[in-house]
Amino acid sequence: MNSDTPIVIPRGWTARSRLIRDRSTILASCLLLAMAIPCFLAPLISPYDPAAQPDIVGLQSVAPSFAHPFGTDPFSRDVLSRVIYGGRLSLTVAIIATIVSVTLGTAYGAAAGYSNGIAGAILQRILDALLSIPRLLLLIAIFAAWRDAPLFYFILVLGFTGWYGLARLVRGQVLALKGRDFVQSARALGASRARIFFRHVLPNVWSPVIVAATLGIGHVIVLEAGLSYLGIGVRQPTASWGNIIQDGSDQMATHWWISFFPGMAIVLTVMAFNVLGDSLLKALEPRRSVME
Amino acid sequence: MAAFLARRIAQGLAVVMLVATTVFFLIHAAPGDPFSASMENPGITEGVRAAWRHTYGLDQPIGEQYVHYVASVARGDLGFSFSLQRPVADALGSALPNTLLLMTVALAAGFFIGIVVAIAQVRRRGKPADHILGAISIFLFSVPDFWLAMLILVAFAYWLPLFPIGGSVDPVMHDMMGSGARALDRVRHIILPGLTLALLYFPLIARHQRAALLDAITADYITTGRAKGVSEAHLVNRHALRNALLPIVTILGVAFPALLTGAVFVENVFSWPGMGRLIVNAIGSRDYPLLTAAVLLGSMFVIVGSIGADVLYRALDPRLRDEL
Repeated sequence: MNSDTPIVIPRGWTARSRLIRDRSTILASCLLLAMAIPCFLAPLISPYDPAAQPDIVGLQSVAPSFAHPFGTDPFSRDVLSRVIYGGRLSLTVAIIATIVSVTLGTAYGAAAGYSNGIAGAILQRILDALLSIPRLLLLIAIFAAWRDAPLFYFILVLGFTGWYGLARLVRGQVLALKGRDFVQSARALGASRARIFFRHVLPNVWSPVIVAATLGIGHVIVLEAGLSYLGIGVRQPTASWGNIIQDGSDQMATHWWISFFPGMAIVLTVMAFNVLGDSLLKALEPRRSVME
Repeated sequence: MAAFLARRIAQGLAVVMLVATTVFFLIHAAPGDPFSASMENPGITEGVRAAWRHTYGLDQPIGEQYVHYVASVARGDLGFSFSLQRPVADALGSALPNTLLLMTVALAAGFFIGIVVAIAQVRRRGKPADHILGAISIFLFSVPDFWLAMLILVAFAYWLPLFPIGGSVDPVMHDMMGSGARALDRVRHIILPGLTLALLYFPLIARHQRAALLDAITADYITTGRAKGVSEAHLVNRHALRNALLPIVTILGVAFPALLTGAVFVENVFSWPGMGRLIVNAIGSRDYPLLTAAVLLGSMFVIVGSIGADVLYRALDPRLRDEL
């Protein structure tokens, strides 16, 4: 019967110690570093130029070998080099887009939760409306029309369409905090609205924000890959994990390596982000540990 | 309940109109139009292009086009597809049943696998089986939809040719089959895409269900049952599960958009003649009316999903019925 008693966490345990004691956190962090470091050191590590097409006939779609550990693609480019450079791009896109969406989501959620009366109600209605737009379909429609938009705008649009869920979360958190004793005390002591907001409310919404950022990066990696796979994301000849998969998508049965390795890279990276996000959630908010 | 439904539906309609407006302007503000960018054939003269633009009303001021569009959407007319040369409502209407069929299969399979996995995990919580199932769930939660679909297609239609490579029926033989063989043909075609979507989708359910079960299992009535000597299996299957099934209903609302996203990619990989495939085929030709309608229909799906979840929740938990 011993294993059935709920685990009681001693008072002295902090979020940090919970995080460090969690083996999966360590594993996920190591995996993440193992994926990210080579990507960001791309020019030093990559064995070939990712865009070079040395021999379009002789080296077309060659199976993995010592010279080309991940094989070559239909244009005779080295898949390993493309996966490394593509990873740098995919990670950069995901990180910047997530910074944009987390900033927007936190700001909007805080504003919606903190404002009273009609303003608060309007902000909430707008959020409800935004939450019911299917993100992928919207992105497909936008990028089908704006097909030549530069990468910078692509990243911005990804960021601008990804903050609604977090805004809802932050709003709820702020609403709950508004009624708490320490906020009321600060008001009673005559603190200004701005001071209460920045000194007392905002520091307490960080944990959902950090968790959302971690999970969000993984989500954007998958989204970018999907859009690039559909041909409306990152453009050739620039490599991203999604468009490398597309390069090999119609010959998966015979030349599996072109699509397999970038896909594996996505899975490992996104899995690391998801495990990390989940561990953070467990450590920071033990009550709410459900992946959303 | 009626007042609640009426309010939610009115809100939903307002949202759909808002979405239509946003998407309309986002798309029309893009440089170029369907007849300049995608048809780079030099043989088509500027005169022909202008005539096409005139035919589809693209030469009018954007304000006028917008008023025209909103008016026709309000009448239920979603416009005329450039690339398919048929009304958008028609094209979507014939693709929708296929998508709904695929989603129903995926939803049923996903819920079933998810709940079974969650029960297995909770029965063996903290043991290796729990961790292994958790790891599989998080793997499938992280995998890109289209990549998993490609792997499954290659593995079970090419390398191990157990299933057809795509479509919803056999393109040649289906019409010549008897009714029994036809049904079998349909089942054979839906297994791979349905299974792929269910695999992508069950981790979400398993995670929520596991958490809900773990919550339920610390309740006093479970402790009482345990003190009375009720077996662990009986406690989980009969007592905890009943109370833990309720929260899962809310996932329906979350699940709909997830399923729709998955369907876009899975339909494409398996050439399933549904909405997702229609939408992706419209990308290349910049088919504005079709793309806008797809976003509209998608939003409606999401709204219907969340209203449905609310209604179901109320039906299952009498305590909520009085609240509005």
